[in-house]
Amino acid sequence: MISTRHMFVTLDRTALLPYLTAGLPTPGDSADLFRAMSEAGADGFEVGIPYSDPLMDGPVIMRASEVALAAGTNVVQALAVLEKVAGLGKPTLAMTYANPVMQAGWDVYCGRLADAGAAGIIVPDLPLEEAGPLLVAAAAKNVGVVLFVSPTTGADRIRRVARAKPEFIYGVSDLGVTGERHEVSGHVAGLSARVRAITEVPLVLGVGISTPEQVKAVRHLADGVIVGTALVRRVLDATSVAEAARALFQAVHDLRAALD
Amino acid sequence: MPALAELEKEFESAWTDPEFRAELEDWLTDFVGRPTPLQEARRLSRQLGVRILLKREDLAHTGAHKINNAVGQALLASRMAKPRVIAETGAGQHGVAAATAAAALGLECSVYMGVIDIERQALNVQRMQLLGTEVVPVTAGAGTLKDAVSEAMRDWVRSVERTHYIIGSVVGPHPFPWMVRELQKVIGEECIEQLDGEMPDLVVASVGGGSNSMGIFYPFAGGDVELVGVEAAGEGIESGRHGASISAGRPGVLHGTRTYLLQDADGQVQEAHSISAGLDYPGVGPEHAYFHDAGLATYDSATDFEALAAVDLLARTEGIIPALESAHAIAWVAANAGRLAGKTVLINISGRGDKDLQTIAQERQ
Repeated sequence: MISTRHMFVTLDRTALLPYLTAGLPTPGDSADLFRAMSEAGADGFEVGIPYSDPLMDGPVIMRASEVALAAGTNVVQALAVLEKVAGLGKPTLAMTYANPVMQAGWDVYCGRLADAGAAGIIVPDLPLEEAGPLLVAAAAKNVGVVLFVSPTTGADRIRRVARAKPEFIYGVSDLGVTGERHEVSGHVAGLSARVRAITEVPLVLGVGISTPEQVKAVRHLADGVIVGTALVRRVLDATSVAEAARALFQAVHDLRAALD
Repeated sequence: MPALAELEKEFESAWTDPEFRAELEDWLTDFVGRPTPLQEARRLSRQLGVRILLKREDLAHTGAHKINNAVGQALLASRMAKPRVIAETGAGQHGVAAATAAAALGLECSVYMGVIDIERQALNVQRMQLLGTEVVPVTAGAGTLKDAVSEAMRDWVRSVERTHYIIGSVVGPHPFPWMVRELQKVIGEECIEQLDGEMPDLVVASVGGGSNSMGIFYPFAGGDVELVGVEAAGEGIESGRHGASISAGRPGVLHGTRTYLLQDADGQVQEAHSISAGLDYPGVGPEHAYFHDAGLATYDSATDFEALAAVDLLARTEGIIPALESAHAIAWVAANAGRLAGKTVLINISGRGDKDLQTIAQERQ
């Protein structure tokens, strides 16, 4: 397992962490799409575990979750995809929601993630106040936990987030759900400055960052960026897996170039 | 989280402010038409051999108890200087209530409603539009109440600076379940006053998210009165097509609440099924989960078929066409009339059935 923390220390550029939903378009084809992104220069991956009620996600990733679930992607198959992705040799994180983790049990789920080679877990509907059991279970399995800050998060809360020693801090760059925006939110610079004044924990920006111009605009404000919807949309729009892989390669290649 | 913390603080300050309480009281009296009657159901009592009292929330303005909460939260939105409110709706009763309160207080209003519900509750869609509300169709998932709640929450996280989310039931993250219960407990408080010292043996109410039932239960809780919540058994619990979260679900987390949920082994939330759109929710208010676990109330269920028969029963014995939601409570009492013989049962008629006429007609065919 390659940790994201280690990557941030050794990487001398802003990391690009693309997101895709596991099981999209089918559980069997999913890992190939991640491989295409890896070859195009992705530094690590966020693997979405499809869920019935993805509250943080906008219509595109919601749709991807529905497609993956309809294709029969259960948690076991989604983690099998994650294991293949982790096998590409880059830090790989699972993005899921609280209920599926709770149903398996915090310990059991973190054990499965560790077995699959995951570097960390992202649970957007689990606020810091409720994250205690996950932080303990994940630490025991050497799985990192990612915690969130947003433009409305004050300094006190950023301090508490940092003290919980997250794998990295996920800076939500715009209020609202995942999705493409016309321009980068005006909140990003302030958010980045507030976090960096308080902690050395790596900051990764996501939500509403989708184009090469947008990643270029934020590259000095963070240690990494997450791009999801813009990539997922390309898969949903593609008529074949090969076409999806080509589109993803090109998109990640362009994003990578904009970050360098 | 900061938005929820702010809302908790704002509601606490409003709820302990005599001026806010007096203003709400005025609205409930002059606009909503409270207190609603507590009626002796003589012909139904004779037929079932059980003394039945009906709390007539169907006579509140807009035709259901939902208005109690909507007016309270719209007043709170005004107090917080938020010019816009949003709401989710299943049967459309909460949407209409929110649209009505927003119009009366001069607030902008958007209501999220699943496409399936828009179809089966067309009349309520027209009412909301007439009141100046934008009805936003939700196509995600099965296009019912659960998805409408999710979409309203997605709206709220991006619009919170100028928008208050008027959640329609005792669900969602704290402080919503508490706030909605506080605004709905007027139902039970009025009953106690109207009973004038007498106590029923049972209080029975339908449970979807659980606001009409929590509203009537709460003031009776912890006493000698047996509280019975009736969930939607849909096509039967064993069919798997139902909305009975407490009777047939497991604890889980949905919409920021830990409660009983309909879900599969992986924790994927399942769609609820009920003839009544208002009971079509795969979770239940967390205070009901607590009432269940603590033995403060018992929970049972009634099927679509039983609810339809109960609409007929109340219509023909008492001249009241109840909402399909409320009919579940009547159905439970009718089914258990044998063991209730000679007892006094208070049923919450949470809403009127005009909105369901099309559904009822379709089922008859």
